[in-house]
Amino acid sequence: MSGLMAVFWKELADHFNSKRFIILSILIYLASIFTIYVAAQNIRSGITETTQFIFLRFFTISGENQLFTFLFFLSFFIPIVGIALGFDAVNSERASGNLSRLLSQPLYRDSVINGKFLAGLITLAILVTSIVLLVAGMGLRVIGVPPNGEEILRLVAFIIVSIIYGAFWMSLSVLFSVLFNRIATAALASIALWIFLFLFVPIIAQVVAGANGEIAGAISRISPGVLYGEVTQVLLIPSHPTMFMISMYYTGLEPNPLPLSQSLLIAWPQLTSLIGLTALCFAISYIKFMREEIRST
Amino acid sequence: MVEHGVIETKDLVKTYGKFIAVDKLNLRVDEGEVFGFLGPNGAGKTTTILMLLGLTEPTSGKARICDFDPTREPLKVKRITGYLPEKVGFYEDLTARENLDYTAALNGLSREIASRKIDELLDMVGLSEMAKHKVGTFSHGMKQRLGIADVMIKDPKVAFFDEPTAGIDPEGIEQVLALISNMAKQKVTIVLSSHQLQQVQKICTRVGILSKGHLVAEGSVNQLGRETIGGGKFRVEVQVSEPTSKLVKSIKSIKGVTNVKSSGDMLLISCDKDLRPQIARTIVDSDCLLVQMKIEEYGLDDIYMKYFREQ
Repeated sequence: MSGLMAVFWKELADHFNSKRFIILSILIYLASIFTIYVAAQNIRSGITETTQFIFLRFFTISGENQLFTFLFFLSFFIPIVGIALGFDAVNSERASGNLSRLLSQPLYRDSVINGKFLAGLITLAILVTSIVLLVAGMGLRVIGVPPNGEEILRLVAFIIVSIIYGAFWMSLSVLFSVLFNRIATAALASIALWIFLFLFVPIIAQVVAGANGEIAGAISRISPGVLYGEVTQVLLIPSHPTMFMISMYYTGLEPNPLPLSQSLLIAWPQLTSLIGLTALCFAISYIKFMREEIRST
Repeated sequence: MVEHGVIETKDLVKTYGKFIAVDKLNLRVDEGEVFGFLGPNGAGKTTTILMLLGLTEPTSGKARICDFDPTREPLKVKRITGYLPEKVGFYEDLTARENLDYTAALNGLSREIASRKIDELLDMVGLSEMAKHKVGTFSHGMKQRLGIADVMIKDPKVAFFDEPTAGIDPEGIEQVLALISNMAKQKVTIVLSSHQLQQVQKICTRVGILSKGHLVAEGSVNQLGRETIGGGKFRVEVQVSEPTSKLVKSIKSIKGVTNVKSSGDMLLISCDKDLRPQIARTIVDSDCLLVQMKIEEYGLDDIYMKYFREQ
């Protein structure tokens, strides 16, 4: 256990001291502030008298161009942070000659990978939570409407889902760091997969499925980004006519907002898929790392 | 612990696919020894060390360190063994001190003990002034010395050094070797792998020569030399002024001398044990003048070359 904690604290300190992490954090904070600025400009026009959950609107509103919502930025940047936290987790130890020295210390081998994963997860959690709180704080100043109890619960759920989404990308890049000995290969593979899933899968889904929206949706859900987008939309826009309801019930009607428990129920399949994918990537890298032999070079 | 060696292997085998890296290795190293593990690149030195440390699983055979099985009880073995890998690496962005702190934490040392110990060790390896510098700025020799401090943190009973002198300057080599032999004085059993023979010769009490996974020879350097080159004999070289056949005859009659060859004023005497005093007296008694006399010492180079030329 002491071995795990030693690895954990060291990795955590490494993350917070690394230039990579500092640069990324600054970038993300700036992007968040920018989206909040845009949202603040437009929030009045987007609100009618019947609008509920005003506070949550702040996270999903943008200018005329619907692209630059806070939500979009987050779903764009979280994978980058996740990849940055994991892509050199194991192979850098090997490349720098630390691995055999590290493994000759009295600690179980899984403490190394567990400690690294845990440290990455905590780093991710701190980053995501601080950004959401930052945005929430600024939102409070701009619109002056405090969040109600359910809004707070929804925000907490949103933070947790975002951390899981980041954890998926981190465990994927950790997997690549175990599979590829070269750090650059692991980084490029992670980013290539991210671009493919984020940009191309939705396009491919459109092309393959043609006009059939349901099949397109099913294919595009290969991408974790789409899963994340669906879950967070359900969480942050309680009255949003979700993918399941469009055709069935709410044609042209302003739907009533759902209670949180129902929102979670709708998002449940997507959420479990995300958790499952994360666990799968971590399990493969764990097994690979445990079985790997230290060889003389 | 007395009847078993600190390190023992029995028919240790390691294969990678069809390639046999270590083939039925039987080895025994006793407490306090400095064992030199020699052989060309790819002879299986590192693989053997990795198996002894429990970092690699043997294909078959047994390895024991202080009566622990490295495969079954890796943690117990790792607690008492220190390992300095061939291409030792440290976290370049951390200082020397932080690197040692991490190793201390991994070994479960408390902060106070670790801090005191790190001070001592940095002082010992001559890096006190560099303690707060990042390891990225260190030379190779400094990293090796830091590596020795790193090994010493856990007070190992057995320490493995894989090519500790490779790629560092002569002064650095001296420092590293001095530190290692200092460890040996503190009752640490040391296994040293190398192909730089002269250096190993200086500090090893015993050497084993490994070739293609086989242990081809084992013993102290002098013993090995006598066995491989001198045919088990001591050889004494004597220079006298004007040697006579009578002198050769009387030297031959000394008990234990097996052969005398003369060429010019040099006599080459083979004998069963070190007979220099007796030979000297014989020469003086025969009215010849003794110019110089030396016993042939076998360099590891000679032994080594002999083994690998024969193949």
